[in-house]
Amino acid sequence: MAATVTNTEGVATAIGGGPRSRGGNGFPKNGGGRDGKDGEPLRFTPARYRIGVWMAIGSIVMLFTALTSAYIVRSASGNDWQPIAMPKVLWLSTLLIVISSVTMEVSRRSLKQQRDARYGRWLMITVALGLGFLGSQIIAWRQLVRQGIYLASNPYNSFFYLFTAAHGLHLLGGIMALTYLLLRTRQRRSTIDGELRRVGAADSATIYWHFMDVLWVALFFLLFFWK
Amino acid sequence: MAEATHDEVHRHPAPKGFIRKYIFSLDHKVIGIQYILLALTAVVVGMIMSVLMRVNLSWPGSKWSILGTLFPTGAPGGVMSDSFYLSLVTMHGTLMVFFVLTTAPQGGFGNYFLPIQIGAEDMAFPVLNMLSFWVTFVGFIVLLTAILAEGNLTVGAWFSKLGASFAGGTGTVGPIGGWTGYPPLSALGPIAGPGQGAGVNLWIISIAIFCVGSLLGALNFITTLLNMRTRGMSLMRMPLTCWAWFTTAILALLSFPVLLGGGILLLLDRIAGTSFFIPGGLFVSGNLVPQHTGGSPLLWQHLFWFFGHPEVYIAILPGMGATSHILSTFARKPIFGYRAMVFAIFAIGMLGFFVWGHHMFISGMSPYSAIAFSILTLSIGVPSAIKTFNWLGTLWGAKIRFTTPMLFAIGFVSVFVAGGITGLVLGQTSLDFFFHDTYFVTAHFHLVMGVASIFGMFAATYFWFPKMFGRMMNETLGKLHFWITFLGVYAIFIPFHAMGMLGMPRRYANFGEYAFLKNAHSLVLFVTIAAIITVGIQVVFYFNFFWSMFKGQKATDNPWEATTLEWTTATPPPHDNFAGVIPTVHRGPYEFAVPGAPRDFVMQTEPEGVEVAAELGDRSGNGGNGHKH
Repeated sequence: MAATVTNTEGVATAIGGGPRSRGGNGFPKNGGGRDGKDGEPLRFTPARYRIGVWMAIGSIVMLFTALTSAYIVRSASGNDWQPIAMPKVLWLSTLLIVISSVTMEVSRRSLKQQRDARYGRWLMITVALGLGFLGSQIIAWRQLVRQGIYLASNPYNSFFYLFTAAHGLHLLGGIMALTYLLLRTRQRRSTIDGELRRVGAADSATIYWHFMDVLWVALFFLLFFWK
Repeated sequence: MAEATHDEVHRHPAPKGFIRKYIFSLDHKVIGIQYILLALTAVVVGMIMSVLMRVNLSWPGSKWSILGTLFPTGAPGGVMSDSFYLSLVTMHGTLMVFFVLTTAPQGGFGNYFLPIQIGAEDMAFPVLNMLSFWVTFVGFIVLLTAILAEGNLTVGAWFSKLGASFAGGTGTVGPIGGWTGYPPLSALGPIAGPGQGAGVNLWIISIAIFCVGSLLGALNFITTLLNMRTRGMSLMRMPLTCWAWFTTAILALLSFPVLLGGGILLLLDRIAGTSFFIPGGLFVSGNLVPQHTGGSPLLWQHLFWFFGHPEVYIAILPGMGATSHILSTFARKPIFGYRAMVFAIFAIGMLGFFVWGHHMFISGMSPYSAIAFSILTLSIGVPSAIKTFNWLGTLWGAKIRFTTPMLFAIGFVSVFVAGGITGLVLGQTSLDFFFHDTYFVTAHFHLVMGVASIFGMFAATYFWFPKMFGRMMNETLGKLHFWITFLGVYAIFIPFHAMGMLGMPRRYANFGEYAFLKNAHSLVLFVTIAAIITVGIQVVFYFNFFWSMFKGQKATDNPWEATTLEWTTATPPPHDNFAGVIPTVHRGPYEFAVPGAPRDFVMQTEPEGVEVAAELGDRSGNGGNGHKH
């Protein structure tokens, strides 16, 4: 009964950045549990998705930190380390994923401004760019295979394939998340809770997508510019 | 009941069908019980393996016709082969560390009670929660398959079809490699000897799957705790159990990805011909390994122990939380130094990330880094001592109620101290040079990480059983179980120290050839008999557990007169934990013997003013009556 939206003001405050949701990383600033008056049901707080996605990012960072430290140790542990010349198509990959970060941000802001059609459009462009990135990565793999550079040919190659595959899999997860947003969050919801969840899901997917972008750029530098 | 109708919009209704209710359930309580049942299953297998190992050590070469029937190749004619023993060592360790000590304390009790204790209706992400259990379960099945792939010729033959690196059926009982799976042997595949084929691949895959399941769980725990605490439940009003589960989840979140990364590298070395861990020019069993160059076996040790050390805290911290909670409840006193306990548990968890090198003192690391690791290791003694003294301070001068959960909680303190004190010995590089890979180490980690965590879980089981199943466990059987287990574990592990000082190396299947260990044989026999009795008495626990579920005395909502939120709701709790009336918290978790209060305990939901003492630091400002149960 109370959760049916009768005035849009509540929704706007809830999603448009009230004092609780503006900026920050989504972690509670006071340690005092959830808001609300006694006896009232507890409201969904959108920070939930953000905390969840930051935790996921934390664990992915640890995974890549482990692999990176293995990369650094291994590069110094034998005299068999032979970096390959960078496939030029990786510049295209990098360009695509950086642009996709921008389009994702446009999409998220459109949702904040309640321009739902624009939100969906830019989301679709982001998905296309993400798929383009994966395609470009696969082209790079195929070029290397044609040159006879395989996973086990050299420790450097092993790491190259491992890093690109691990990043690609995580990005594929991101594409699935965006597809979910496309299929399930383009309709406005009728409840405050539903709206909060819709915007929260888009927010956290955006954070994840930016992280994938940053992660790729870091790996790109590690693989081809770090000596 | 206005609140209940109000809330209907938010709640997902309780599922009706059997499958959604008990199998693929989204309810954290059902998932918690699933984790506990998984651990109860895995621990039986692990215990049988430990008895088999003891039997082989005490009566080497003796014939057990049943073994010969079950494992015709691993125990030809009923005599256990050495590779059989080594695979028992491996699988006992893996099962116990991953599927018992990591599942029950965190996935089991944490899942069931963390949301209730912070006043949440469920976990933050129920679907992820369900996935985390079922992913873990798949990991368990893969691990059991690893046993068959090495131990069973038929199953081994299936895997052999997948390629040379998957050759199975070597006639051991499972993969060989120890729970630490050190390369280069673990990375080479079948050429490294028996038990190195398909079983080890499956062992790595199982651990990798387990990592994913644990990560999903950890993410969920942290989000739930940060986001879903009820009104008035500030961080410093949380029960210490929640702090323990929270710290454990952080450790899991940051350490399991590292093991996952290491596991992927190890698997690639085995099946894809890479050389991450395999050095060049390696001779194995007299044969040169030609196709690998330049890898670093020590790299695996670093990756493994960067995970491995936090992992021992993942096992023990929930036990510390449960012990603190239960000691306070049955001492009828507030926990001594709540804030110090919180900081200590966090300090132990965080320091745990900087001490992994102490597992590698003899690996040839620089003495300077060894000293740094040593000092950091010994400094963990400080927060551990803070916790111990606070537990003793809680017990000091208390009118203790000696129930079974209390006995196990006190037992936890005892074995934690007994096992922890040898950490100060092993943490010193000079002493570790002698003790490394002896029974002294086995004694240390079994007491402090194995037995202590299990005591924490026994305490938790006896304590929360009435809330989970609505019936009490039998106290007489419980006390019998406690005393024999308590004396039994000391009878097993105190002699281990002596054996270690004699220089008895761990993981050896047979000591017959070593003259200097002849005198130790009576100790070995004594330990075996103690182990058989201790394992045997666990039957009483299992009986008590399942019998009480149906025939135990009916429990009231708050049988122990405890103060935290799980005791404010019905027994067993309804689907959304509080039947739509979310409680509001007005005070800390351990308010026992409050001067002026009508009873000797004050529930967390009771508003200000039931006692004379003014309450400080309340920021909720509600003042209403949240306790409407």
